[in-house]
Amino acid sequence: MTGALLSGTGITKSYGATPALRGIDVTVGEGEIVAITGPSGCGKSTLLHCLAGILRADEGSVVYREQDLSLWSEASRSRLRRTEFGVLFQFGQLVPELTAAENVALPLLLAGSGRRDAREAALGWLARFGVADMADKRPPAMSGGQQQRCAAARALVTGPRVIFADEPTGALDQLSGEQVMTAMVQAVREQGSAVVLVTHEAPVAAYADREIVLRDGAIDPSGIGIVG
Amino acid sequence: MSTAHVLLGLLAGGPRHGYDLKRAHDDRLPQAKPLAYGQVYATLGRLERDGLVAQSGQDQEAGPERTSYELTELGRERLAAWLTEVEPPAPYVSSVLFNKVVVALLAGGTDQATGYLTAQRVAHMTRMRELTATKTRPGASVGDVVAADYAIGHLDADLRWLQTTLARVAELQKEVTS
Ligand SMILES: Nc1ncnc2c1ncn2[C@@H]1O[C@H](COP(=O)(O)OP(=O)(O)OP(=O)(O)O)[C@@H](O)[C@H]1O
Ligand SMILES: [Mg+2]
Repeated sequence: MTGALLSGTGITKSYGATPALRGIDVTVGEGEIVAITGPSGCGKSTLLHCLAGILRADEGSVVYREQDLSLWSEASRSRLRRTEFGVLFQFGQLVPELTAAENVALPLLLAGSGRRDAREAALGWLARFGVADMADKRPPAMSGGQQQRCAAARALVTGPRVIFADEPTGALDQLSGEQVMTAMVQAVREQGSAVVLVTHEAPVAAYADREIVLRDGAIDPSGIGIVG
Repeated sequence: MSTAHVLLGLLAGGPRHGYDLKRAHDDRLPQAKPLAYGQVYATLGRLERDGLVAQSGQDQEAGPERTSYELTELGRERLAAWLTEVEPPAPYVSSVLFNKVVVALLAGGTDQATGYLTAQRVAHMTRMRELTATKTRPGASVGDVVAADYAIGHLDADLRWLQTTLARVAELQKEVTS
């Protein structure tokens, strides 16, 4: 690991009176896979959203390639998410009006690729995640697991520097979960992308190089994260 | 003992000599503890004594590693019986991990037990990461993946137990020392 690609310092966030994060320090190195684990409600998703620049922290800073994202406008952060970040949520969040191939091609089109190239790349990624036969179907006609594989393809298609994945296998059966994780890890190792991986399952966290355990909005130094 | 059955299974496709059997065992069961030559010959000796295998030939340069063995009719029957038999799920709960927690509470106290459980969790996670790295390595065989998954599943079961037991240490302490 050569210096931090992404780092959060003293990240604090509340929802109204509910504190969700109480001063979190994290760093993610170039090409590093970091798992964030811990019991339900401990703040994993909130931390991921803050690091990805989707949520703005109340206090603390998020620095990506030496730039403080908390000082950026929403428009600049959303441009960054399109170009350098890949985001994958528990429930696919595909565009329902577009086919699987169009969904996966979308980030490339937004980044200025030609239609033909974008479609070709999209088909390659769909194949890699085992859903080549879904290319011309729309999300409502796909199973939850197929949509999730498709969303994984979309998160990786631009070769992002950082992938943010929140419970990426949450909607999948065990075998599909393993296939998606293996395909994802192999792809990011080739691309040299870093991954922030939120999960509460040990076998999913084991795909990471390192694990950060949260407990009640803080990092649990013992790494056990139990409640009570 | 299952090594004997694995050797019978490897002989089902035709005669092989000891060296061959060792290699086939280690290839087909990746991540298993490699079979020692001594163990191969000791097991073949017992199987021969029991009439389950018989010597079928000798290569030019004689020596134990050049003797080949084949399944006998009895060996074939024994193998078939083993394959249809369901393994009984363990009737007793037996785990060094569990024993250690109880003894830690008896001999030390809750800190000792919690310290042990925490350290064990770290060791289990580390091993799980190693196995996961093995199975996601480009070019990993299906055998590598299936072997790693077996071990990962068992580590995961232990980890779940470690986690729930950590939450119950104080309660268990009361019961154990009452
Ligand atoms: N939009 C919101 N409004 C109010 N409170 C929220 C909101 N989102 C999260 N919270 C609260 O903030 C805390 C952290 O939530 P978060 O979703 O980050 O947890 P999590 O670790 O991802 O949990 P899970 O494993 O269940 O997904 C919880 O107490 C939750 O109830
Ligand atoms: Mg969450």
